[in-house]
Amino acid sequence: MLLRHTTATEYKREALTINPAKTCQPVGAMYCALGVHGCLPHSHGSQGCCSYHRSALTRHYKEPVMAATSSFTEGSSVFGGQANLLTGLENIFTIYDPEIVAVHSTCLSETIGDDLPQIIGKARSEGKIPLGKHVIPASTPSYVGSHVTGYANMLKAFVSYFPETTGTKIDQLNILSGWVEPADMRELKRIVSMMGLNAVVLPDTSDVLDTPMTGKYKMYPDGGTTIPDMVSMGDSWHTIALGEFCTRDAATELENKCKVKFSMRELPIGLSATDRFIKALRRYGKVSVPKEVEDERGRLVDVITDMHQYLYGKRVALFGDPDHLVPLTQFLADCGMKPVYVVSGTPGKIFTPLMEKALNGRVPEAKIMNGERADMFQLHQWIKQEGVDLLIGNTYGKYIARDENIPFVRYGFPILDRIGHSYFPSVGYLGGIRLLEKILGVLMDKIDATCPESKFELVM
Amino acid sequence: MDKMKNIKTELPDPSALKEEILKRYPRKIAKKREKSIVINDPDAIPEVQANVRTIPGIITQRGCTYAGCKGVILGPSRDIVNIVHGPIGCSFYAWLTRRNQTQPPTPDSPNFMTYCFSTDMQDSNIVFGGEQKLRQAIKEAYELFHPYSISVFSTCPVGLIGDDIHAACREMKAELGINIFGFSCEGYKGVSQSAGHHIANNRVFTDVVGRKTDKGRLGKFQVNLMGEYNIGGDAFVIEKYFKEMGITLLASFSGNSTIESYEYSQDADVNMVMCHRSINYIAEMMEKKYGIPWFKVNFIGANSSAKSLRKLAEYFGDKELIEKTELLIEREMARVKAVADRVRPKVEGKRAMLFVGGSRAHHYQELFNELGIETLSAGYEFGHRDDYEGRHVIPTIKVDADSRNIEELTVVKSETLFKPELQDKKLLLEQKGFKFEHYEGMMPTMKKNSLVIDDINHWETEKIIEMMKPDLFCAGIKEKYVVQKHGIPLKQLHSYDYGGPYAGFEGAINFYLEMERMLACDIWKMVDAPWKHEPSIMGSMVYE
Repeated sequence: MLLRHTTATEYKREALTINPAKTCQPVGAMYCALGVHGCLPHSHGSQGCCSYHRSALTRHYKEPVMAATSSFTEGSSVFGGQANLLTGLENIFTIYDPEIVAVHSTCLSETIGDDLPQIIGKARSEGKIPLGKHVIPASTPSYVGSHVTGYANMLKAFVSYFPETTGTKIDQLNILSGWVEPADMRELKRIVSMMGLNAVVLPDTSDVLDTPMTGKYKMYPDGGTTIPDMVSMGDSWHTIALGEFCTRDAATELENKCKVKFSMRELPIGLSATDRFIKALRRYGKVSVPKEVEDERGRLVDVITDMHQYLYGKRVALFGDPDHLVPLTQFLADCGMKPVYVVSGTPGKIFTPLMEKALNGRVPEAKIMNGERADMFQLHQWIKQEGVDLLIGNTYGKYIARDENIPFVRYGFPILDRIGHSYFPSVGYLGGIRLLEKILGVLMDKIDATCPESKFELVM
Repeated sequence: MDKMKNIKTELPDPSALKEEILKRYPRKIAKKREKSIVINDPDAIPEVQANVRTIPGIITQRGCTYAGCKGVILGPSRDIVNIVHGPIGCSFYAWLTRRNQTQPPTPDSPNFMTYCFSTDMQDSNIVFGGEQKLRQAIKEAYELFHPYSISVFSTCPVGLIGDDIHAACREMKAELGINIFGFSCEGYKGVSQSAGHHIANNRVFTDVVGRKTDKGRLGKFQVNLMGEYNIGGDAFVIEKYFKEMGITLLASFSGNSTIESYEYSQDADVNMVMCHRSINYIAEMMEKKYGIPWFKVNFIGANSSAKSLRKLAEYFGDKELIEKTELLIEREMARVKAVADRVRPKVEGKRAMLFVGGSRAHHYQELFNELGIETLSAGYEFGHRDDYEGRHVIPTIKVDADSRNIEELTVVKSETLFKPELQDKKLLLEQKGFKFEHYEGMMPTMKKNSLVIDDINHWETEKIIEMMKPDLFCAGIKEKYVVQKHGIPLKQLHSYDYGGPYAGFEGAINFYLEMERMLACDIWKMVDAPWKHEPSIMGSMVYE
């Protein structure tokens, strides 16, 4: 057994986290910043942080992930990291020439008390930031929140820096995209254009973390939200913010700064959440829903009704990030499945009410936990107590799946051992079909592999 | 004839490339990097600036001290609960990512390597201190798992807020009755992972080695293998050879290992050092305290594997052992030759670059030599001058402030466990020309005018690729796709691209086949779309 020391018997833990269902803020800040065109993320801390985050993102995307670091030493930890960041910025602009440097802090620089805006101000006044270039600070201490919080904080930093109000509204919406894959960002843009709307999607990692092989490396790939697009967000009609945990702060900031009102929606994962997203586009874009969107919806409903018998009543355990788990859980319940265990390491009191709303009383036995010690060890113990038919989560779930012989669908961050997540969307109606394809695939593979020969089915 | 010889031993002068690289830097940076970019001359090895601070903002390959301590040295042991004291990320990123394989002897034998333990420090712990949470976490780990040992790793903020992890470990050790020890391996210490290796070596030496003195002899020839981390199953291959030869491997530091085995590792007759950079400290300290001699081995490459096994047999000088060793080498070399003869013509003359680790950039050149692949340029991520120039330069290495911050232990001879007979044996063998404590470093084996770059950064990587156009690049995951987007295959030498093993004869064969796959395949020729090199069709359709 891979996790041979895990037993069904729970022991009350107050301090020890085992097999976390989260990681720390800076990696989220780095991912978010990669979705801005010409932007180089910069980690203000020990060089190990930057190395770990780049490695994690690279393994997930199998793409170049560029970021710089302040390379703290013992000296900087005592006297502060100002000198390191000043040198760092000068070197970055001289050697790598980005349009924007998105600086995020770490537990080290936060504990010392480094003041990023002050240091950046000093860099500017000392001429270390070339004219027309931008440096943006985000405070992302690793001991607060999770990687999801880091994403939210970096997104907020972009929104508080770039958008401007000219007084003339532009015929466009803002979409704050939440932590989804490049393929999902691409799909959001496709849906918006199918609806006949213009929108700025921020951030946008498509064409950044799914670039083609051309034999020519581009340090700053073609994709990413551009500066003019970000500036124009202050004149948009409305903002649709996708995912409470990743985008509410940024949406609020934008409303306060530029008076662009916003609506919170879940990420459009599955049928109901996509319906709500389409309704929001319809309402705030003042358009009617075209037939091709209705057809896509119809195809998703068709697949659910066709395959309902294989989904109905199946017990599912999920772990990952709140903004994914809320709509995903609702989708599973909509399909007649039973999401019985849901765990997220990301803290936030709103998680439980959101989950209750998503489940709407359909799975009274559901156990939901988030925050400190809401980890995969806890989830595994629950599974040991009463088994499940399906496990959904990031790659680390494969250890539980193999030990317990549970069909496993990889979803979330990080996915280190399969491809596809960055190329095929899981948002929108089409994304819903892909999710079902994956879920049904593993459920039916298990039936095929384990049923008695006499019961082996050709047609399913 | 002279000219022919030059072609074989000498590469073109890369001075212009070096200039081109340095030109882009601000003056101060250029001055500093200049000393780390060195044109090799094997007859008069130039000094390389190494193990110095990375310049902020340059996009380095390097990681931190914690990564070197927890990730590299302690990570591969299976019977210990490694608790990372800090915010969640540090433990998360070191969770199973280094591919250290392990084989517990039975289904019930302990193996915690698949687990990730953290105190998940919150802001209140940063403000009010995290020591109490750490004590509680140790207690909970004990109650849940009853492990053989528990260790604790400090992360950046822990050092700053002043949590005394060692006091917490001592108290919990007294309370729980198992060995509990801590590592002050905060990420900001030192200049790279290297400092973490040293910190790990120190604590393993003081708190683990020598705890078990009643083990008695387990075999005729008892050895420890050091600096072999069982990436992709390398250690399994070497273990197999030892078994066949009748060598008893007491402890492997640290691939496929247990902490328990370290506790009686002082019973070894000799220490073999594979990765000189990460583990030489403990080999040196064990010699001082226990009298165990050490010598350098290299199991990467068929020839060096044969050489290392022969050296081991020669150390013991036992006739039967020598015969068994020769038989093994003969049998394995025949297999190796069969594959090499087939692969070599396909890859011979290809040109490689290696920028990785503290010994791999050197060791893997052996495999390239066996296939006739030329090394144009190489360097370490966290090596020291001795890893480049050879151990003879150690007395001349200037100890800077960053290195001074890492504790050098004062080691005294053990009254009871020191084995003078091993030192006598060493003296005798040395008179016969057997080399102990010897490592010649990377540069003497590299060609004249090969470019040696320490702590290479992204700009330098791009530049040498653009100007030297290698056929193969070896580095790590962060460089992998950057280089491949240039249309050049990259072989990861940290994780082996999830392949391997590459150690020993079996490993050499695997590596040859991998080179065949990477260098003699068609896909890189298919990068451009077929219509890209055809004239574009002009004209229009006309309907009549």
